[in-house]
Amino acid sequence: MKARVYVTLKPSVFDPQGRVVADALVTLGYDDVKDVRQGKFFEVELGDSDPATAKARVTEMADKLLANPVIESYRVEVLQ
Amino acid sequence: MKFSVVVFPGSNSAYDAAYAASRVIGEQAELIWHKDTDLKGADVVILPGGFAHGDYLRTGAIARFSPIMSAVKAFADRGGPVLGICNGFQVLLEAGLLPGAMVRNDRIKFVSQMVSIRVEQTDTPFTAACEPRQLLRMPIAHGEGNYYAPPDVLAELEENRQVIFRYANAGGEVGADWNPNGSLNSIAGICNRQRNVVGLMPHPERASELSLGSADGRVVLASAVQALASLSR
Repeated sequence: MKARVYVTLKPSVFDPQGRVVADALVTLGYDDVKDVRQGKFFEVELGDSDPATAKARVTEMADKLLANPVIESYRVEVLQ
Repeated sequence: MKFSVVVFPGSNSAYDAAYAASRVIGEQAELIWHKDTDLKGADVVILPGGFAHGDYLRTGAIARFSPIMSAVKAFADRGGPVLGICNGFQVLLEAGLLPGAMVRNDRIKFVSQMVSIRVEQTDTPFTAACEPRQLLRMPIAHGEGNYYAPPDVLAELEENRQVIFRYANAGGEVGADWNPNGSLNSIAGICNRQRNVVGLMPHPERASELSLGSADGRVVLASAVQALASLSR
């Protein structure tokens, strides 16, 4: 079973990397770009378990390690 | 007095810190591997600078789970003085021993330069020998030193006088022009509520002898010696 975790900086936290990417896109001629927020993406491969248990486990992992709740939020998706 | 300096895989300032504690300050210093579970009779614990676990995931995020960190936390909970320098500060933040977090420097640059920091509070074990508002010249070298805390936490830090060092100019003025990384409120170092755990981004151990360009950092470790001596009196 696989789960996906998307980690992003909270809206209140300035994202210097995203800002630089946005500036680069505008320089490339994409001048309709207003802002970019950069995040992290994890694909976690798990042993056999039911989707509910898998979601709970991966949520715990995100909370404990994959994201820092002070500055980041996360979203967990379980794939069948 | 004994300084225990924790070595994580990727720490690169552990020897400098141990050197400053032993050869410059004249106290005992021992390096402790992160897989150890015992601080070996430490009076003071230092988490040094570097790139623990390659800074993978987030700075300090993996180091926080090293076996030695349970002992560091227990030591801190008992009131033992703990100093986190640069990456060590980042580890303390990730471990929740200090509030807040680090994000990338606002100009996306790794900054390596001498800075002046202003001592804001002298009632911590690492500033006890400082004069109020004393200016210290020390180097910084980091990519993630942009201190962030949510507004309520930041307000609480200021209210409880937990901001210990701020970036300043040579005249002691604080402002955006002298803030090298975008840190909120020009924060260079903070302490916990109990004031025994201190973290700072600048490197006192790399400014402990004049031949290094500044000996101003010496007072940070000398403060710990003075603070512990006055406790045992």
